[in-house]
Amino acid sequence: MSYEELLTELAVNDERFIVMTAENRALIRNLPAKLGARFVDTGITEQTMVGAAAGLALRGRIPVLHALASFLSMRAFEFVRTDAGIPNLPVKLSAFIPGFLSDGNGATHQAIEDVSIMRGIPNVTVFAAADEQDLVGMIETIWNSPNPAYIRINTRKTDYQHTPFEIGKAEVIAEGKDVTILTYGLLFEQALVAVEILKAQGLSVGLLNMRSLKPVDEAAIIKVAKTSKLLVTLEDHFNTGGLYSIVAETLLKHQTSAKVLPYGLDKWFKPALLPDVLAYEGFTGKQIAEKILGFSTNAIQPEIATPEFAE
Amino acid sequence: MNNLSDIAFKVRQHIIRMSTDGGCFVGASLSATDLIVYLYTSFLNINKDNLDDPNRDYLFLSKGHDVPALYGTFAEIGLMDVERLKNHLSTEDNFYWHPNTKIPGIEFHSGSLGHLPSVAIGVALDIKMRGGKNKVVCILGDGELNEGTCWEAVLVANAYKLDNLIFVVDRNQFQANMATEDLIPLEPLHDKFTAFGASVKRIDGHSFEALHEAFSAYPFETGKLNVVIADTVRGKGLPSIQARADRWFCNFTHEEVESLLKELGGDETTELTSETLVVR
Repeated sequence: MSYEELLTELAVNDERFIVMTAENRALIRNLPAKLGARFVDTGITEQTMVGAAAGLALRGRIPVLHALASFLSMRAFEFVRTDAGIPNLPVKLSAFIPGFLSDGNGATHQAIEDVSIMRGIPNVTVFAAADEQDLVGMIETIWNSPNPAYIRINTRKTDYQHTPFEIGKAEVIAEGKDVTILTYGLLFEQALVAVEILKAQGLSVGLLNMRSLKPVDEAAIIKVAKTSKLLVTLEDHFNTGGLYSIVAETLLKHQTSAKVLPYGLDKWFKPALLPDVLAYEGFTGKQIAEKILGFSTNAIQPEIATPEFAE
Repeated sequence: MNNLSDIAFKVRQHIIRMSTDGGCFVGASLSATDLIVYLYTSFLNINKDNLDDPNRDYLFLSKGHDVPALYGTFAEIGLMDVERLKNHLSTEDNFYWHPNTKIPGIEFHSGSLGHLPSVAIGVALDIKMRGGKNKVVCILGDGELNEGTCWEAVLVANAYKLDNLIFVVDRNQFQANMATEDLIPLEPLHDKFTAFGASVKRIDGHSFEALHEAFSAYPFETGKLNVVIADTVRGKGLPSIQARADRWFCNFTHEEVESLLKELGGDETTELTSETLVVR
C-alpha cells in the first residue's frame, strides 16, 4: 500500500481528516477528486496553510499538511510553534523531500535542520520513515495521536519488512557488541548495506531505526550505550540538533557515557541526483562501513535508486 | 446606542485602570474599544452560555495587544467577573499583555502579528464545509498589515469565497513607534483590499451608528471576504495621549490614572510625567 492509498482510505472514511497542501501535490494527486471540499490547497502559502490548519483543528478536524520539508519546517516555523505547538493541536505535517531526498534542488530545499527545529517545540512530535513500508506502518498511529506531528516523508520502495510501529520506540534491527548504528529515514537503506559489510569483517554489529525521534526511545539508546563499544549516529541532518544531539542529551540525562561517532552533516550538501549526492558526501553504505572500519574493503556497493519525482 | 456608549465608557475606565503597575498597550486598546463593544453586544452570537457551542460566532483578536479592551468588554457583558480585572499581570491569574485561551471567551492566543487571519480562515472554512451559519470576525491592527501573511490570508479567503469571514481593521493610523503613513504607507487601503478580491466598507470606528450600518449589511457580497476598515483614533477618549506616536505602551503612575479617569469623563486634561515611551 502506498502513502496516497492509505491517506485516501483513512480520509474518505473519516470526516475529521482534511488534506491540505501548499501546492505540493506530488503524493496526493488523486485526493481532490476523492475528498472534494475536504481537500484544501492554499497555494504557495506554507504559513497560511499551517494557521488555517490550526483553525480547522479548533473545530475538531485532523488536518494533514503537505509541503516540502524545508518550507514546512522553516518558512512556516513560527506558525507551527505558535498556532499548533502552543495550543497542542493535532496538526499533522507531512514533509516531502527531507534531507538528501531534495537531491538536485540546492541548499534552499535542503531540510537538514528540520529535526532540530521541530523537536525544539514543546508538544510537537517528530518522526522519520525509513521507506514507504515504514511510513505506511506509522502514519495511522501518528495521525490518531492528540499532538502536532512532523513526519519526514520517505516513499522509497523496499523489500525490508519493518516491525509494528509504536510512538516512542526504536525499531531494533540487530544487536551488536562492537558497533551499533543509530539512524532514521533515507539512510536506513545504506545502514543495512554498511551492517553487512561490517559483519563480513567479523564485527558484531547492531542497528536501530530511530523512527520516533520525539518522543525518543531513551531506554534503547542507554541499552546500546552499555552493550556496544561504539555508537554511530547516522543521519542526513546537521549533527547539531539531530540524532547526534538527541543521543548526547539522552546519555547526559542518564549520566551515562559512550564512544559516539557523529555521522551527519556540518554544512549544506552538494546538489546532484541522489546516488551521486550520497557518493560525493560519503554516505553510501560502503563508505559508511569503511569510515567506521578505518580501511577500504572490496565490498560492492549495491545500486542506489534515483527518486521517482522531484519538486 | 446610548447603552453602547455607556458600556464603552466603562470599558475605557477598565483599560485606564490596567495601564499602571506594569501598564498595558493603552493607545490601541482605546482605539479598538468601540468596535469590540459593538461586535460583542450587537453583532456576534457569543455569550457566557454558548462558549463551547460549535454554532456560536467567533471573534479572533489578531492584533492582540489591544486585549485590555477585550477584558473590559468581557467584564461588562457578563462573560467574566469584573473583579478579575484587578488581577492584571498577577501570576495568580491569566491576564497579561496578549490574549490567551485561559480566559473564557478568548478563542485563540495572539501577540505575534499576522497569525489569526489564517487561523480564522480555518474556522470559517470548516463552518462552510459543515453548512453552518456562524460568523467569524478577525480584528487586525493597521500596523499589523505590514505582515505579508495578512495579505496571503486575503488571497486565500478570496479563493475559498469565505463570505462568512470579516476582517476588521482598527485603522488608528499608528504602528508601534510612528504613524503608519510615515513608515510603511498603507493608503489607499480600501483599494488594496478591493484589488485582492474583498468587499470593503470604510467607516468611523467610533460611531455605533456607522458600525451598525456596516455590519447590518453582512454578508457584503456573496462569495467575497468582508473587510471593514474602521477609522479610529489611537488613545480615543484621552486628549492627553490621543493620536500620539509616543503613547503606545503606557505604565502610568497611580495619580495619573486617577487624573486620566477624570479626563475620560471630560473634566480635565492630565499632566503626564511618567516615562513617555516604553518599547516592548
